[in-house]
Amino acid sequence: MIELYLFLAFILVAAIIATEIKDLLAAVISLGAVGFAVAIVFILVQAPDLAIVQIVVEVLTVVIFVAVILRTTHVDETIRKKLSGTQIFSIVLYAFFAILFLIVMFRSLQEMPDFGNPIMRVASEYIKLGLPKTGGANLVADVILDFRALDTLGEATVLFTSAIGVVALMRKSGRKK
Amino acid sequence: MKGMSLIVKTITNIVIGFIFIYGVYIILHGHLTPGGGFAGGVIIAGAFILRFLAFGKGAKSEKKSSTTASIFESIGGLLFVGIAISGLLLAGTFFLNFLPKGEPFYLLSAGIIPLCNIAISIKVGAGLFSIFLALAAMKYVMED
Amino acid sequence: MIVFASCIILFLIGLYAIVTKRNLIKIAIGFVLIEYAINLFFALVGFKRGALAPIITQLDTPHNFVDPIPQALVLTAIVIALGTTALMLTIILRIYSRYKTFDIAEIKKLKG
Repeated sequence: MIELYLFLAFILVAAIIATEIKDLLAAVISLGAVGFAVAIVFILVQAPDLAIVQIVVEVLTVVIFVAVILRTTHVDETIRKKLSGTQIFSIVLYAFFAILFLIVMFRSLQEMPDFGNPIMRVASEYIKLGLPKTGGANLVADVILDFRALDTLGEATVLFTSAIGVVALMRKSGRKK
Repeated sequence: MKGMSLIVKTITNIVIGFIFIYGVYIILHGHLTPGGGFAGGVIIAGAFILRFLAFGKGAKSEKKSSTTASIFESIGGLLFVGIAISGLLLAGTFFLNFLPKGEPFYLLSAGIIPLCNIAISIKVGAGLFSIFLALAAMKYVMED
Repeated sequence: MIVFASCIILFLIGLYAIVTKRNLIKIAIGFVLIEYAINLFFALVGFKRGALAPIITQLDTPHNFVDPIPQALVLTAIVIALGTTALMLTIILRIYSRYKTFDIAEIKKLKG
């Protein structure tokens, strides 16, 4: 599993670059690097469905980000400025809560099953009954469209809502100056 | 000149059909192989977005295709809910797999799952394309 | 253990960008990083050592698959994340077209 660790380290480095670099276009490209590395990790943990979706979605995410940046500005002017009082306060607050969060995380990861040995109490039923009950060979499709189809309906509603939001915010007519 | 250079336009003309067919393949084989409605819908939206970026359009045709995308998104959503409600009407349970299951590993199997895949792919593809069109129309908004 | 910890560190990097950065695009990048962290965590929780992807290829063989439920949950969440990111960027664009800056401190000053 050495390649998994290498890709996870790559993700962390690219994420730090994405948050800290001055040029916003370079930050978005680093974000794309993170997304594609996530897609490769999905392949390594045997999730080809997720890898396909992640690659295509990542392309569209980078396209939308770049479209926004090209229309506006691509220099992050805030990064070299002196820190203001609120910013120092928020950094201190962030550090405090991050340490608290890490302590809670280490406690709770002790309780979790080890990496590579999931419990799969519900999933074993789904794997056993997936083909006889639904007839579909792809168990992920069986879960999202048969066993848990209401969940998918809800997600489709969320997508519809966000599309309406974008169209309404970007419309030209009917706006007051 | 509208759109990008001649090289980009030629390559787009060659590639776009393959991308579209790959998307349709991913949708129709969603119950047998990796993929499904979500992935295929995003791939088809990507094909349309590639065409849009390479060739460019005027404001008028953008508005027209935006309306078409909205109509298709509504059709996809209604199809998905319609499949669910027909399960309720025919057999008494919302989202029941009421069609015959068929032989495993064949294209016509798994009851309503391929139909749901098609409905979701229409919905996701049209939704993402309309989002992109709205974001692309911002150059007219920003000029005001 | 170290695999799950790296997901949580990615989450903390995203949270750092949201809390301390003053540029709106950097804040949006932080949100996207948090989405990746959570998707990655779900996919890694379902992994089983030596198992195959959850796609049946033959009948009558013992099934040794990774957990399909986290994958099904994440599959929809990835597409939704794209929609919400687009909504967020639209609002950011509207703010830019009004105030001509991405700096949230400047925007607060210019308000009213």
